[in-house]
Amino acid sequence: MDPQLEAFLRQVLVGLSIGCYLALIALGYTMVYGIIELINFAHGDLFTFGFFISLTIWGLFDVPMPLQGAWILALPLIAVVVVVLTGGLNVVIERVAYRPLRGSSKLAPLITAVGVSFMLEAIYAYIWGANQINYPRFIPTTNFLSDFSRIIRFTPRDLLLFGVTIPLMIGLTLFIDRTRLGKAMRAAAQDREAAAMMGINVNRIIAITFFIGGGLAGIAGMVYGLYTGSGRFIMGFEFGLFAFTAAVLGGIGNIRGAVLGAFIIGMVQAMSDLYIGGEWSRVIIFSLLILMLVFRPSGILGSTQSVEKV
Amino acid sequence: MLAKRVVVFVLLALLVLGVSAQDGQTVKIYTSWPLTGGTQAIGQSMLNAVNLALEHYLADNEGMGPAGLTVQVVPLDDASPTSGAWDGQIEAENAQRCVNDPECLVYMGTYNSGAAAVSMPITNAAGVVQVSPANSYAGLTRSCPTCAEDEPGIYRPSGEVNYFRVAATDDVQGPAAASWAVCLGFENVYVLDDTQAYGAGIANEFVNHAEEIGLNVVGRSSLETADSDPRSALTAALRDGADLIYGGFVLDSGGPRVVQAMYDEGLFDEGIKFMGPDGILSAALIEQVGGAEILANNTYFTFPGLLPSLLSNEQGVRFYTDYVEQFGEEPDPYSVYAYASMQVVLNALGSASETGTVDRASVLEAVRSTADFEGIIGTFGFDENGDNTAAAFYGYDFESDNFSNPTAITPTMHETCE
Repeated sequence: MDPQLEAFLRQVLVGLSIGCYLALIALGYTMVYGIIELINFAHGDLFTFGFFISLTIWGLFDVPMPLQGAWILALPLIAVVVVVLTGGLNVVIERVAYRPLRGSSKLAPLITAVGVSFMLEAIYAYIWGANQINYPRFIPTTNFLSDFSRIIRFTPRDLLLFGVTIPLMIGLTLFIDRTRLGKAMRAAAQDREAAAMMGINVNRIIAITFFIGGGLAGIAGMVYGLYTGSGRFIMGFEFGLFAFTAAVLGGIGNIRGAVLGAFIIGMVQAMSDLYIGGEWSRVIIFSLLILMLVFRPSGILGSTQSVEKV
Repeated sequence: MLAKRVVVFVLLALLVLGVSAQDGQTVKIYTSWPLTGGTQAIGQSMLNAVNLALEHYLADNEGMGPAGLTVQVVPLDDASPTSGAWDGQIEAENAQRCVNDPECLVYMGTYNSGAAAVSMPITNAAGVVQVSPANSYAGLTRSCPTCAEDEPGIYRPSGEVNYFRVAATDDVQGPAAASWAVCLGFENVYVLDDTQAYGAGIANEFVNHAEEIGLNVVGRSSLETADSDPRSALTAALRDGADLIYGGFVLDSGGPRVVQAMYDEGLFDEGIKFMGPDGILSAALIEQVGGAEILANNTYFTFPGLLPSLLSNEQGVRFYTDYVEQFGEEPDPYSVYAYASMQVVLNALGSASETGTVDRASVLEAVRSTADFEGIIGTFGFDENGDNTAAAFYGYDFESDNFSNPTAITPTMHETCE
């Protein structure tokens, strides 16, 4: 096989893997925006929280590396704890920082969200340190395709990443489309006042939205740690920015759009890293965003509301 | 107001006349580098080393300072408590404090090259000798292709050279690394950097020299932040048949992640190695990549000199064992240079006393004429620019649990190592 083609196929996988964790973060952005039209800038930092809190939980036990036998069952258990803690944190943030400002101008909660983001980052640096933190190698990196190619790789880590994130995306879509709660969330997103008149407890729906969004970001942080083996206190800023871009690209407020946007950004990043140079990737991604906002402000799949309101 | 004037007049008179020495005279050495903030650990280790050098000198000379002088170290901090990093304002004040103290004959510092650019003109105008253990920016002492046009003249308002440094300069490190790579048998290098002044700068030096000496640079790219995904660069390195990746990084700009990814992505299994500069040579790197087994037999590093634990000469062994015993921790690599700087200063005080007066001028002259001095870092002196005549870079590999097997490396070594 030609090394050029191998490298291209390898980057397709890299792009998909970046898309996977960006999509989980972007879902939280887009759900929260859909309901209260707030761009929650602290959302990326919940991803970081998932990374660190899962690391702390692993540290409580003497876990073998790589995971073996019964320890593999620890993965879903810890994941559930991480979802509850991160989702809970997001609910608390909403209750304390955003709800009191719900009646005020658009800018007040936006600035508050930026402030919450800075606070969280400072707290992480204080608790876990400001260095690059190593995440133990619980998942092996043996290449299933090693007989076939020296460049293309598919490892147990990829299996974990795709195996966790893709079902979550499908599950969330079904949940919003098919359940009573999902219907209530869609109703609240469409018209909050009318939904309240119909007997929907809007505050509760908003809290649930924050919980689900936060939980998804938390699980993304944990999977990211297991997948890449490294992270630091401030990484949520970078990933949050890309995830937010993905949400806008797909159409803010649109669940399927967020996933599509994340995979587009992951792919653009992987290809531009290889064929143009890593130092240009951001330029290209944000140029895409600007073009999108100029020519199709509601995103690829259409926003649940027009973006002019932002 | 009047009192102030009198003080200033007296100080000026002292400066003009020269502070003359008598037996039992006290001589102060001011040190200035960060003792708080991000590089606090390094700064404290350097200060410990300076004090240890004085202790050793006294122990070897029956408790007597050079020529019966009483030597006093005055440690100053040039880091700002708000930013946690060196601060030009504070550095300027520190230099001024030494100049204003008639007993201060030596200003020792700095750690950061940028800080030296602030204090050098002040000590130069006052004729106080300045000795730096750690500055590595070339332009402080000589003109170079990447330096500003008016360097080093702007640091020498008096036209005299009063600044001397013990550590080697960055514009040698990159090229020496490229020559060493040739000697190690590498042919195709992929170069990565962090887009920052130090990282991209040293990567540029590496690439320029590699092209001159026929080492093939198969590709080059940058990581924008420490959170950028390094895997794409590794794909390119694999595709282009690299056998070495050179990374211009510091600890917190993504270097550890590149090494980690090389391990996880199977590049080390393929026999591809990693080489990096002194910015990532640190005990912290071992922890951040997830253990020594990741680095072992896969990585190479360059550093301007010998690591404390590897000093094999008598003085070095004594420094290392006494340091560990007294402070209960490993000395920082740069502490060796702080120790060497103090040795040079004490030696110069002894030589100065032979001229009859120990004052700023005679001490400066004594440091300037340092030659064939046998210190902890071997035999060296200072050239007319104030640079160490025997400044050397060493290459390290990582054998089992630590940086090991130092090899002297130079930008011309590829000519003779075949």
